[in-house]
Amino acid sequence: MSGLWRSVVVPWIPRAILLGLFAFAIFGPLANLLLWAFAEVWYFPHKLPLEWGFDFWRQVFKPRGNAMLSLNNSIIIAIFTVIVSLAIAIPAGYALARRNLPWRSLILIAFLLPQAFPSVAVYINVARIFYGFGLAGTYVGVVLVHTVQGLVFAVWIATAAFSAVDRELEEAARNLGASGLRTFFTITLPLALPGIMASAIFVFLISLDEFTGTFFVGVPDVVTMPLLLFNASMEGNYQIASITSLLLLVPSVGFMLFIERFLKADVLAKVGN
Amino acid sequence: MTITSHAASVRFENVTKAYGAVVAVDRVSFTIEPGQLVTLLGPSGCGKTTTLRLIAGLEMATDGHIFIGENDVTKLPVTDRDVSMVFQSYALFPHMNVNENVGYGLKVSGMKKREAQERSQEALRLVGLSDLGERMPAALSGGQQQRVAVARALVLEPQVLLFDEPLSNLDAKLRRRVREEVREIQQNLGLTTVYVTHDQEEALAVSDRIVVMKNAAIAQEGTPRELYDHPANSFVADFIGDANIVEGTILGGGGETANVRIGCLEMELPCRSASAGPAKIAIRPEAIRLSAGDHGTGMRGTVRKATYLGNHLEYTIETEVGPLFVSDPHVEAPVAPGEIVGVQFEHRGVTLINDPSDDAERASESSPQ
Repeated sequence: MSGLWRSVVVPWIPRAILLGLFAFAIFGPLANLLLWAFAEVWYFPHKLPLEWGFDFWRQVFKPRGNAMLSLNNSIIIAIFTVIVSLAIAIPAGYALARRNLPWRSLILIAFLLPQAFPSVAVYINVARIFYGFGLAGTYVGVVLVHTVQGLVFAVWIATAAFSAVDRELEEAARNLGASGLRTFFTITLPLALPGIMASAIFVFLISLDEFTGTFFVGVPDVVTMPLLLFNASMEGNYQIASITSLLLLVPSVGFMLFIERFLKADVLAKVGN
Repeated sequence: MTITSHAASVRFENVTKAYGAVVAVDRVSFTIEPGQLVTLLGPSGCGKTTTLRLIAGLEMATDGHIFIGENDVTKLPVTDRDVSMVFQSYALFPHMNVNENVGYGLKVSGMKKREAQERSQEALRLVGLSDLGERMPAALSGGQQQRVAVARALVLEPQVLLFDEPLSNLDAKLRRRVREEVREIQQNLGLTTVYVTHDQEEALAVSDRIVVMKNAAIAQEGTPRELYDHPANSFVADFIGDANIVEGTILGGGGETANVRIGCLEMELPCRSASAGPAKIAIRPEAIRLSAGDHGTGMRGTVRKATYLGNHLEYTIETEVGPLFVSDPHVEAPVAPGEIVGVQFEHRGVTLINDPSDDAERASESSPQ
């Protein structure tokens, strides 16, 4: 009995402690979030909320309230960001994967570049330039800023998705008499679609979570969920902030599970190649 | 509704394909008669697949002319050539079922849905897959996928049918059956067919004619029998079947034969134009006769290796002309390693090679053995 104890249980103790710490690091803040979302009254030194309820939820989901408006803004902006990104990423990804473009790796890196610079510095200047064009505080301006960030993922993943389509299938379609365009729409695109879907979801989530660009370009006319969250927590309104966070969390987790099913290993292996 | 054939000839005139400085096909000329099955045979990298892709229009010739029937198709794009190809990987569209795969070419050509369906059905019946139309390619075995690829090519009734190493993804047992089926369909429909392979046995089994390629050029062209019995150079001798390439001396002779000395033996060998001097001789392993015990005055050899293979024995015999590889059907009387045997050559299976550009080293390097 003691032998079993030593050989099976003891080696597990450090692992259990490590896993426990890991779980606490991830789920601790989330638990705090959940508590705050349903807390009506909660102040120091009490360990748990004194009163529970849905008052703040009602406040958030009040029609014409700030929260609903910014939720709408977020979703509209995210959808248009996805459309603009894909409109660029599908032809770009196909060209990068299939044509022998000169400077191919340079082009791929160019899409990565916006991520390389400190974003505050970039967006202060973007805001200045957009102001000159009358784009500051407009949906178009915010969509453009989000698109620049989303394009890295969209283009890189689309390139990988097109690369993963067997060229011989395209040759077979051409051999059977299909034109280049027809081959693209009946063979290449359908086979690359799971990867394209995954990149669309990535772009959607990036847009949903984007803060810095929206803050400099959109405020005060265009307010999205992350900005509402920021304002609420700055005002010490933790309930509103927690509920907003939960609303942002749901699509992220849902889509991540979805992507995990769609983005197959053969596509992932081609990212950046 | 039946699938018929619009077989046309294929003619290459000095066709060259170069990728920058690399020449994949070098001034190749040949003619394929309508209704024939011609194999392009050679080791990997010899240009046989590029030649096939040139016929399909998947590659464009750098120089020279390609004719299908009477038409010069050299500049014709892939979509406008009446040529169907069965790819090595089969290249079935994974997101379409068998019917959609087979009907793809018909749909693209604008055929009415009903007619296209009937024709696809007929093509599938021809390859014995009538019941599997609703299946997805991933749910088929390798052999079935291959048949779908053949049906997809046949359904367009092409002038020329192309096969790129069609058996390489099948297991050994299936290969023999599939190649017989391919040959049967080809002969029944009278299709002009070009078939690429690196397997000489496959080539001998299915072909009307074989074009042996080496280093981007044609090494020899002929019927299977011509290539086996009268190889023009040591490469062909060694690539089609096995051959011992030995040094000999032409003593003289005129007209149709030459008197040749191999070691201490002398033989009359058929020959077109031979001048006296050193020469290379190809000897088939099965053309060497061994005699144990008393060996008189003939050539002698020492057995170095003896391998029992069921229906025959393989020996390596050390002789005065070098080591000889021997295939001996007399399994009931094996000779043990170390014994001395008499060595004789049969006339059929010994070929005088007088090709000035011959080099045996390269041939043995690229031989499949």
